[in-house]
Amino acid sequence: MYSNNPILFAAADAAVPLWDGVLDVILMIVFSLIAIVVVMTFAGLSVVAERKVCAFMQGRYGPNRTAIPWIAAIPGVGTVLRSFGLMQLVADALKFLLKEDPLPNHVNKPWYLAAPAIALTPVLTVACLIPCGVIYADSGKIPMSVADVDLSLILALAIGSLGAYGAVIAGWSSNSKYPYFGGVRASAQMISYELTMGICALTVAIWVAPVTGKPFSLFAIADSQSGAMWLCITQPLTAFLFLVALFAETNRLPFDMAESETDLVSGFHTEYGSFKFGLFFVGEYGHVAVASALFATLFLGGWNPLPGLSWPADWGWVSSVLCVLTFLVKVAAMIFFFIWMRWSVPRFRYDQVMRLGWQCLVPLALANFVFYIILRAAM
Amino acid sequence: MQNFQTNTNPMADKGGYSQGQIGETITLNIGPSHPSTHGVLRLKTEFDGDLITRVEPVVGYLHRGQEKIAENLTYNQFVPFTDRLDYLASMCNNIAFVQCAEKLADIDATPRCKAVRVICCELSRIASHLVGLAAYAMDAGSTTGFMYCFTQREKILTLFEALTGARMTASFARVGGMARDLPDGWLGSVNVFLNQFAPALEEIDKFITRNRIFIERTEGIGVVTAQQAMQYGFTGPNLRGSGIDTDLRKTNPYLGYENYDFDVPIGTHGDAYDRWLVRMEEMRQSSRIVRQAMEKMPDGPINIDDPKIVMPRKDKVLTSMEELIHNFTVATQGPDIPKGEAYFEADNPKGALGFYIMSMGGGVPYRVKIRAPSFVTLSALQHILPGHHNSDITVVLGSLDFVLGECDR
Repeated sequence: MYSNNPILFAAADAAVPLWDGVLDVILMIVFSLIAIVVVMTFAGLSVVAERKVCAFMQGRYGPNRTAIPWIAAIPGVGTVLRSFGLMQLVADALKFLLKEDPLPNHVNKPWYLAAPAIALTPVLTVACLIPCGVIYADSGKIPMSVADVDLSLILALAIGSLGAYGAVIAGWSSNSKYPYFGGVRASAQMISYELTMGICALTVAIWVAPVTGKPFSLFAIADSQSGAMWLCITQPLTAFLFLVALFAETNRLPFDMAESETDLVSGFHTEYGSFKFGLFFVGEYGHVAVASALFATLFLGGWNPLPGLSWPADWGWVSSVLCVLTFLVKVAAMIFFFIWMRWSVPRFRYDQVMRLGWQCLVPLALANFVFYIILRAAM
Repeated sequence: MQNFQTNTNPMADKGGYSQGQIGETITLNIGPSHPSTHGVLRLKTEFDGDLITRVEPVVGYLHRGQEKIAENLTYNQFVPFTDRLDYLASMCNNIAFVQCAEKLADIDATPRCKAVRVICCELSRIASHLVGLAAYAMDAGSTTGFMYCFTQREKILTLFEALTGARMTASFARVGGMARDLPDGWLGSVNVFLNQFAPALEEIDKFITRNRIFIERTEGIGVVTAQQAMQYGFTGPNLRGSGIDTDLRKTNPYLGYENYDFDVPIGTHGDAYDRWLVRMEEMRQSSRIVRQAMEKMPDGPINIDDPKIVMPRKDKVLTSMEELIHNFTVATQGPDIPKGEAYFEADNPKGALGFYIMSMGGGVPYRVKIRAPSFVTLSALQHILPGHHNSDITVVLGSLDFVLGECDR
């Protein structure tokens, strides 16, 4: 328990030398940085994937020409990197960094500057909660996550929902009408769909409660699916509702009300440019990556390869590596699904989104919740 | 800090749709530079929450004074300017203009010329509808639908390039004929295109027309009743979408359209979805017409035999005195059109494009008036849009399919 809070740990137990506490803190920082780097990499790669997949769906090539001078000249590797559009990623990142960073005069400056950071931070925080694998030690299973909190599911939903503030504050502080509309839509939509998400999460929690002692821990939920049926099979409707709500939460088509580029130009980040826009952009894709990871953890069995199967504990570190790889494959598949949907469907209208959320998804989720309570009680 | 201009709500005392929400409104300026105003249309809109209370379209940002320009150019010199009216169907404009001049001079084009013109017009109609539907799909949020339509349009433009040398601004028609005859094998390429076009349309149908979200977005949106459509002076697919069975190709046949077998699709509700369906069906009917025109393509000359109207053949010009003089006269003074006035309307993809020409004789018109269907369509916006949601603006604009080049001329 104490290892979750190294400072408290160091202060509480004087018998342990202070150095251990410091080491713990340093390790925590290193782990957090790794988590951030992984999320950022996933965000970047999903940008490339998005462009390539949409090009594939539309009969185009997508980015295949950007070249970094010396790297592109390496025979074989350079050609592959170039044709897969991976150097486009570097070019985009450089563009965001090096472009002139305008600060419009008509904005509310402190909030205008804070909004991109507010949009990005929750995503990275949630990433630290997600267990991407398991280490089989003598003392039992150790989750591979930066922070293994008992209430990580609740915490993930709570912190994740703070992302809405990024959109709202950006829309409001831009002091311009299109962002304002975008911000209003974003806040209403995210709040509405969080309800569905929360109820679905509860349904999962009551279902796994008898199996595991910690029903609100992401690690425990994923672990309860090792060697057992995945939750997307035992709770298909919950999984579906959760997925729909995730689409709305991440502001992806068909629910991208906040951006809605045909009528709101660019939604809440219309007034942003350069690096500040880049933060929103990375935040959006980071959100997709984290949402995919969350869905994979809750419903797709986390790090387990197949329903009813798990990597054997006696393989040691090989098993752990396989766990992480399995998890990453699932996340990648979910990201692909997000992209696939985006380029397949038109956009809902704002009032239709709200109607779907309140009149369809919330009642369904509640009914589903009650159904599983009864089922659980009967079992 | 939020310093929005507020007005009292004009709909408030009418009781209408906004029960309990009566209050201040917000004025939003959409355009002239906005991703979905299809050019440089500007809409001064007023919202009550998310609902539109008032719309005022502002046009004229693309005004180039085409009618005045026409007074200083010969008939053939003005043809490239008609390209810039509805630039998505430039051939239709070219042909409508020269048809008007021919009507004034009482010229009857050769049968081959008429068939070529029909093919050009109908291919242009398909290309124009594809852009219209692509933009419409895009406005509803489907980027892939946009690309599906543009892929097909690209193929038509390639055909036009082979035919005229230009992809969009074709300038292909001349008074008394066409700029040149069909190149060898061109009809074969058209056939190849049409063969793959029908399945492609099916694909677009599956992808968008039957998409649940798209139907939700468009059904019952932007309704124009048959009576309203007539009152506003709608023409073309927009009028037919409102359920009125009128097509100038059927009622006032020109270019021998009476000899082709085709159906005129009409809508039943006059909403945005009906206008989508009408355009989809018109593309199928257009390909039918093109097929028929290709089957019975007459032989013979493409231009009429009148040295005062059409340019002589180039080889004759270089060897014969009289042809050289005619070439010089037609090129410098224009085709010899008699004194008088004429009005001609063609059923273009955007509606009935009318040209009124007044001639005092000679090769330059005295006055040209252009009746632009897009202008008429836009005039109805302020009556269609109020009561709709913010996001419906783009859908209604997309469904009306106008071109600002023609509206502002």
